[in-house]
This record gives sequence, C-alpha cells and structure tokens, in this order.
Amino acid sequence: MRGQDSIGRKVDLTAILIYAALVLMGWLNIYASVYEEGADISIFSLSINSGKQLLWIATAAVIIVFIMIIEFQFYSSVAYIIYGILIGLLILVLFFGKEVSGARSWFELGSFRLQPSEFVKFGTALALARFFQDPSAKLDNLKNVFIAAMIIIVPAILIVLQPDPGTALVFGSFIIVLYREGLPGIIPVLGIVFVAIFVLTLLLPFQTLFIGIGVVLAIVLIIVRRSWRNIAISIACFALIFGAVFGVDYFVNNILKPHQQNRIKVLFNPNIDPLGVGWNVTQSKIAIGSGGFGGKGFLEGTQTKFDFVPEQSTDFIFCTIGEEHGWIGSLVLIGLFTALLFRIIAISERQKSRFARVYGYSVASILFFHFLINIGMTIGLFPVVGIPLPFFSYGGSSLWTFTVLLFILIKIDAHRMQVFAR
Amino acid sequence: MSGSQRIIIQGFILLVSIIFVTKLFSIQVKNVDYKQAAANNIIQKVIEYPYRGLIKDRNGELLVYNSPIYDLMVVPREVSVRDTSKFCALFDLTIEEFNEKIQEAKEYSYVKPSVFIKQIPNEEFAKIQDLLVDYRGFNVVPRIKRAYEHPILANAFGYIGEINKSRLERDTSEYYLQGDYVGISGLEASYEKHLRGKRGEKLKMVNVRGIEKGSFQDGIFDTDAIAGEDLVSTIDTELQIYAEKLMEGKVGSVIALEPATGEILSIASAPTYDPELMTGRMFGENFTKLQQDSLVPLFNRPIMADVYPPGSIFKLFQTLVALQEGVVSLNTYYSCNQNLIGCHGHGPGETLIGAIKNSCNPYFYNVFRSIINQNDDPNTYIDARIGLERWREYLLDFGMGRRLGIDIPNEKRGVIPSLSLYDNIYGENRWKFSNVYSLSIGQGELGVSPLQMANLVSILANRGYYYPPHIIKSIGENGQPLPKYQQKIETGVDAPHFDVVIEAMAKVIESGTGQYRAKLKGIEVCGKTGTVENPHGEDHSVFIAFAPRDKPKIAVSVYVENAGQGARAAAAISGLMIEKYIKRDSAELRMEDYVLAGEFIY
Repeated sequence: MRGQDSIGRKVDLTAILIYAALVLMGWLNIYASVYEEGADISIFSLSINSGKQLLWIATAAVIIVFIMIIEFQFYSSVAYIIYGILIGLLILVLFFGKEVSGARSWFELGSFRLQPSEFVKFGTALALARFFQDPSAKLDNLKNVFIAAMIIIVPAILIVLQPDPGTALVFGSFIIVLYREGLPGIIPVLGIVFVAIFVLTLLLPFQTLFIGIGVVLAIVLIIVRRSWRNIAISIACFALIFGAVFGVDYFVNNILKPHQQNRIKVLFNPNIDPLGVGWNVTQSKIAIGSGGFGGKGFLEGTQTKFDFVPEQSTDFIFCTIGEEHGWIGSLVLIGLFTALLFRIIAISERQKSRFARVYGYSVASILFFHFLINIGMTIGLFPVVGIPLPFFSYGGSSLWTFTVLLFILIKIDAHRMQVFAR
Repeated sequence: MSGSQRIIIQGFILLVSIIFVTKLFSIQVKNVDYKQAAANNIIQKVIEYPYRGLIKDRNGELLVYNSPIYDLMVVPREVSVRDTSKFCALFDLTIEEFNEKIQEAKEYSYVKPSVFIKQIPNEEFAKIQDLLVDYRGFNVVPRIKRAYEHPILANAFGYIGEINKSRLERDTSEYYLQGDYVGISGLEASYEKHLRGKRGEKLKMVNVRGIEKGSFQDGIFDTDAIAGEDLVSTIDTELQIYAEKLMEGKVGSVIALEPATGEILSIASAPTYDPELMTGRMFGENFTKLQQDSLVPLFNRPIMADVYPPGSIFKLFQTLVALQEGVVSLNTYYSCNQNLIGCHGHGPGETLIGAIKNSCNPYFYNVFRSIINQNDDPNTYIDARIGLERWREYLLDFGMGRRLGIDIPNEKRGVIPSLSLYDNIYGENRWKFSNVYSLSIGQGELGVSPLQMANLVSILANRGYYYPPHIIKSIGENGQPLPKYQQKIETGVDAPHFDVVIEAMAKVIESGTGQYRAKLKGIEVCGKTGTVENPHGEDHSVFIAFAPRDKPKIAVSVYVENAGQGARAAAAISGLMIEKYIKRDSAELRMEDYVLAGEFIY
C-alpha cells in the first residue's frame, strides 16, 4: 500500500489550479461588485461581501484538508447515510426553515445561514454513485431506472416544495450521468424536444405553431410513407406533441399565478415588462454590453455598482466580469469552466471503479448545469432562476458544496490505482 | 459505445460554451447601443410619482387636490459644496446638521441618491431652484402633498404619509416601494387603490457629471405615471362648512344623510382640525400635538363614539318593534306611573302618539315589557330570554350593534346587549324584565354611534329601509359608488307602522319638545329629542329629524355632549341644518346666534 506522502504527487494539479483560479477571480469580482468609489472599504473588511467570502474561502481550504486526510473508501461506505441525513434536513427545513423572499430554504443559526438544498446535490451524487457501484445495476432494467430516478427526484421534489424551482432544476443535470451509464439516448433527446416545444408554445402564437407542427408532420409522413407502422408511430408522436402544446398553454395561462406567468413569459420577451421582471435581464445585458471588447478595468464598472443589477455579488456576478473585463474576460471565464468540465470528464473516464466514474460525471453535470443556467440567464438566453455560478458567486453554502464535490473526486482519483492494488 | 457517449457529452458542453461566447460577442462587441452606454454614461432609473386622485363634492366642486412639494436628494460621491455655510443658510441648517445628514446618506450609499431634505414647499423651492446649480451632487425630485379648498372634513378625508416599514412588509400586492405615499386614514385609506394611480419609471442617460443626456434607447423601457382616479363625494360643501361652524366650541357630531340613497351630505366631528395640518413637513409635529390634545380631535366621533346611549330617540324604535309585534296599538293607554320610572310631568297618562310626543318614560316601560314578556314560556326568566333575543334581532335589522359599512375605516359597532351579557352580570336564568327595563328608554347597556342614529332617521324617513351610508358616490368622473352602497336593506317592519311614528314626530315639532328650536317656516319637520343622562356631568343633548315629511330630502342626527336637554343645542342645530339645505340662501337661520353662543366644553 502506498503511504499518505504520495498523495501530493497523485492529485490532479490541472483541476486544482483551475479551481484556485476561479475562486480567486470570484473573490476579486465580488469585491468589485460591492465596491463604492470613495467609501474606502478594504477588500478584507468583514462588513462587505468580499471580506466574508474570504472567510468562506478559508473554511473551504480547511474542508479540503479534511477531505485529503479522510480515507477515500469512506465516501462510498457512508454514501447512503449522508444522502439520508440530507433528505432529513430538507424535510426539516420545510418546517423550521426561515422564510426568505417567500421560500423556506434556509436554516438560521445565529447570524449564519445554511441552505441544505445546496448540500443535497453532493449527497445525491454520492448516493447515485453508490447505487451504480453494484455491477448488476444496469439501466436496461426498468427497476434500476426507477430506483436511480427516485434517488434524483425525491430531493428535487422536496426542494420544489420550499419552493425553490431554480435549485430543483439542477437535479435535471443527473440525466447526463444516466445517459453516460447506458440510458437510451432517446430519453435526453425527448427531454430537449419537450423543452423546445415548451419554449415555442410561449414564443409563438398558437396558430403558427400548429401550422409549423403540421408541416413537419407532413414531411415526416412523406418520408415514412412506405411503412404503415412508421406512419402510425409518427402520428402518435405528433398527437402527443399537440397534447403537450395544449397542456403547456393551459398550464401557463390558467394555472400559474400572474407573477409566475410573467417570470416565464418575460424570458422570451423582456419587453413585456421592461421595468419589472425584465429589468433584471435588461440591466444585466446593459452592464455586460457596456464592457465592450476589453472591459472598463478592475473596479471601474459603473452599471454593476448602482444596484441596476440585482443580486450583483451572487446570481448576477457574471455581469461584473462582463463589464469590467469585457469580452476577453468573459472568454477567459467560459474557457476556464469548459476546461474544468473537460478535465473532470477525463478524470472520470480514467477511473477503474464505477462508483468513482459515476460520481465524477455527477460533479461534471452539476457544475455544467450551474454554468449553463447562470450565464444563460445573465445574457438573456435562459429564464431568471436564481442559482449561483460555481466557485464564483458570493456565498458559503454554495462554495463549500462545490469544493466538497470537486475535492472528493480529486481525492478518489488520487487513489484510483489502489482499487487494483487490493 | 461508452466512447461515443463521452464525445456527445463533451460536444454538448463545447456547443454551449460556443453559443455563450458568440452571444457575448454580439452583446459586447457588435451592439452599438450598449457601447454608447459604455461611453462613460450611466443609466439612471428615475421614478415618476403619479398624481393622486382628486376628491370633489356632490356638485363637482373641488375639495381635495394636490400641490407640489420637493424632495432634495443627495448623492454623496458627487457632492461638492464650496461654501458650506452659504448652503446651510439657504436651507436653514446648522453646519452640524449638514454634516450629520451627509454622514447618514453616506452610510446608506456613496453612489445612490438618498433624501437630504424632505418636502420642501413650493414657495421655498422657487427661491432655491436657481441657486442649486452651484451645488453638485444635489438634485430635486417633485412629490405631491394634499391640499384642501376648505378646512373641513379632516377626519373623513384622513391623511396620507410615507409608507412605513411594517406596512411595506405586509404589502402582498408587491406594489409599494419605500418612499411611496399611501393613504393612512379616512377616505385616503379606504380608496387608496383608486386614488394612488401607478408609478412611472424612466431610464435616463446621465453622464459622469450628472447631467442628463436624454432617455435610454429612445425611452422604449419607460413607463408613464398613471394618475389616480378622481372621487366624487356625496358631501354638500356649503352644508358641511355650516355644520362645522355650528359645532365650534362643542363636542359631538352632526350627520346629514339623503335618506333615499344613503348619501352623506355632511359629517362633522367636533372638535376638529384643519386637514392642512397633516400635510407636508409639519405633519409629525402637528400629529403629536393633535394626539395629545385632551379633546381628541383625531377621534372621528360620528363613526367611533359608540358608547353613547341613544336616550329618548330610542322610543321611536321601541314603538316600531311593538307595532310590528302587535303588542301595542294607537289607542293603548298607560298612566304615567312614576313609581316605575321617573318622568317629567306632562299629564296623568297617554295614548301612543302622545306618549312619543311627550316622551313619557313609564309608557315605554310598559311598551318594552310587552315586547319582552309575550308569554312564550311560563317561566318568567326564560320568557325574558326569548323576548330579549327577539328584540335584539330588530336592533341588528335597524343597523345597530354592527357596522353599517361606511367608506371610512375604524367604524365602531356600537353596543347592544346580548343574553350572555346579562348571564354574566346576574347569572343564567336569574334575570328578567325588571333587570333590563332601562333599555326601554334608550339607557342602560346600549351604545349607538351618531352614524347609526342618522341611519335610524333614514329608515324612518324611508318608511322601512335604508342604503348603507357612504361618502363617495362615484369612482371616476361618471362612475358608480361601490356595489355595497347600491343595495337596499329592508328592516322587516311594515310601512304603515312608520306612519304612526312619523305622525308623532311631526307633533314633536309642531307642539312638543321640538317646537321652540326646530320648527321651521314652510317646512314640515319630523323629529325627536333625546336627553342622555350623563353620570359624569351635564346631560348630552340629542336630536334626530328629517324633512320634509313627504318625500324627505334630508335626515339629520345631532349629538352635542354636555349641552343639556335635546330640545336645546341639538334641536337648534338640526333645524338650522335642515333649513340651510332646503332653503339655501333664503334660509332665515333664526337659531344661529343661539347655537354659536353656546359653548359646552368644560
């Protein structure tokens, strides 16, 4: 058996360096987002978010040390226990949580607040990996698909109940993991088709959509005209699609409350309520757009400092990059994230144990969804659902969760050869 | 197989990244609009406050309007004041106050505007307007304050003020923002949603020096403020002014209603105050002063003074109940037996009309006993219970013991006795008629607000029904009152019974207690005096009346505290109100000097 001293040489330095770069950039940008010219408050001051973030970063470092010390087999052995405890916390928070802007997502302990829904992402990743550790857990068996789906859906539903649909949405990312583990590709594709129809229903007038779908149907029928079976299947599929269109339309216009309707409709047409919900997106785009090619320079931003952009150090932190560092800064950030995701996938693929591979893909999927939704919303490609940009946004719960997620993978990866050694 | 999945997943991630980078390129590099904003311009969100709806009287004459005031805002980062003492002199501040205010603003934000001086009156603003250019970092936001054509109706109008924190938190409509004005009491509060209008918001391009460069993207994101709806009230301004004049130096209420519609012609609470006191910068100071005033001018007596026993005017109600129950008739005779209850020497005994006219207490003792004890049960205690409960239903039907639903907040219910009240005092089944007899003449466990008394007169004038009294008859210029004021409410007492009571009320004015001060030339007034025993001092003077007897145009209730007999101050005021309303300029107003001379504040 190898000793603890070899760990230093075995850890994946590339991933760690990208992590460190993101955390550091995040911290500087949090300062920039709360910086007020003339106020002369130091970046270290605990009275502003950047000072507090430094505290979170320091504690994250302590967490990393612990992760590196703990035996790597530990995580698979306690996976279900951690998952169970976190599910318990999700239930408790529904009753004892503090209500913040309409959702019961937080436990309040003195001046500290914890958001169990953040940690549950980690718990779910562990539980899913543990489930697939058994080589017989193949996804060509409906029972296994059902169990895997329940592991994902139960926490998602509990989070929807808070209600915090944005965070719950992240659990959709596990479909990538299932796809990697053998779920037929048709299911993610169907998911995407449904999302596309959902969007089109909101975007286009009813008649246009029907004519469009009708034309596509006609083309499909011409192509498959030789086989009665295919014609029947195509017609059935299109009937389903028509049903979905009706369903979505009814759901949005009759079941959702007006302010919820707005939240969805404004995504695709910010002008319907430019000073209400659309205000966020418009302001965010103005801030990013005003950065131009090279940006205005560190601390020189104006748009992000006048409360034009809401939640500027948490959900809309990307605006600060866009404004102060321009397109180049955005490119670097997106490049770093893409590199990190590719690296994590590479790490996952080189694992010898299925537990480690599934866990690695879970980490990649969660990070990817956050990246997708967060940046997508700030540049107006995605609904405004408040979820943080990993490693970057202000906040202890989210920084800790992403750190734990990533470093457990790094720890397991450092011992990947030992699986054979035993 | 597994290799292809990995490639598809990585391809998907790469695709998303490329879409992001491309989209960002179009926002950041290609789009000129945003670049223009980047040319050192800042976009500022400017709130445009809506014009609050006006309130007019029943003839379309203006009562409440808006007058401009100004908030001086400061952005600490941009402040540059070369001569602080000159600046301070302009605003009547000390240097310390100036520094303190700047410090406060800094604590809020260096770059966001906060209020430096609130509610600068128009005249003052005119003086400083041109000088302000010299002081960078300060700018002015126009606001409104309420202004009044006449210093009347203070308690009915209520007042507006900046929304407070707890109300902001409770606001589920998510409309209000900090700094918004909101109706706090009176009509301003009840019709807040109609009056307030909707805020407008504009995006303005401002360069680094704070100079406006026009609207952002030609104003496509701007919304205009929408003015609130005007309200047309039922108030007759002339009559209202007159009512408040007559009540000067007195404590009490005057209410005049149009019986056919429930419209309030005038509603006076005395003592009152000038509504102007509750506007603008002096609001806080004046509010405290009014609150500490021992005569509680902020107490809206017509709808809130519900501990007044109604006194003898209650005999009209008792008569109607007795007639409807069939326990008394026009010819029923009772002797004036002062062993039962005290009286005031009018003769040996009366039949019904005479008993009302002379307000014979023993007569109504007997009437009430026959209402309560109808031999429904051989046990006299249980019989009293059944009788009292039956009688109580009538009270509720006549709008007593419950809110009539007037369109000003804080209306009180009044007090009417329930079975459990007497059970608590005497024990269950241990009380009977002899314990509750003082109710027969409107004393005892009864509290009726002046509005409820006025409504009682309306019911009498209408011979059996009423519309809930209200002050706003139209929302918008040619609108409707709220639906609840368009609903006719029946009392369940038959119209012929009212004719008996009205006949007696006419006699009260013709030759009874009202003949000296409420009788008017050419108008047949129907009325009833009341003198309410007051254990704490001089009796309260009460009078209710309506006129003319046929097709009544006005119903009045007057309550003057500590003014002695109802036949005096209250009767005189009622007469004057009726005469003023019906005869207008040709009114003789014989009793005016008598009323104005009377001061009943001790």
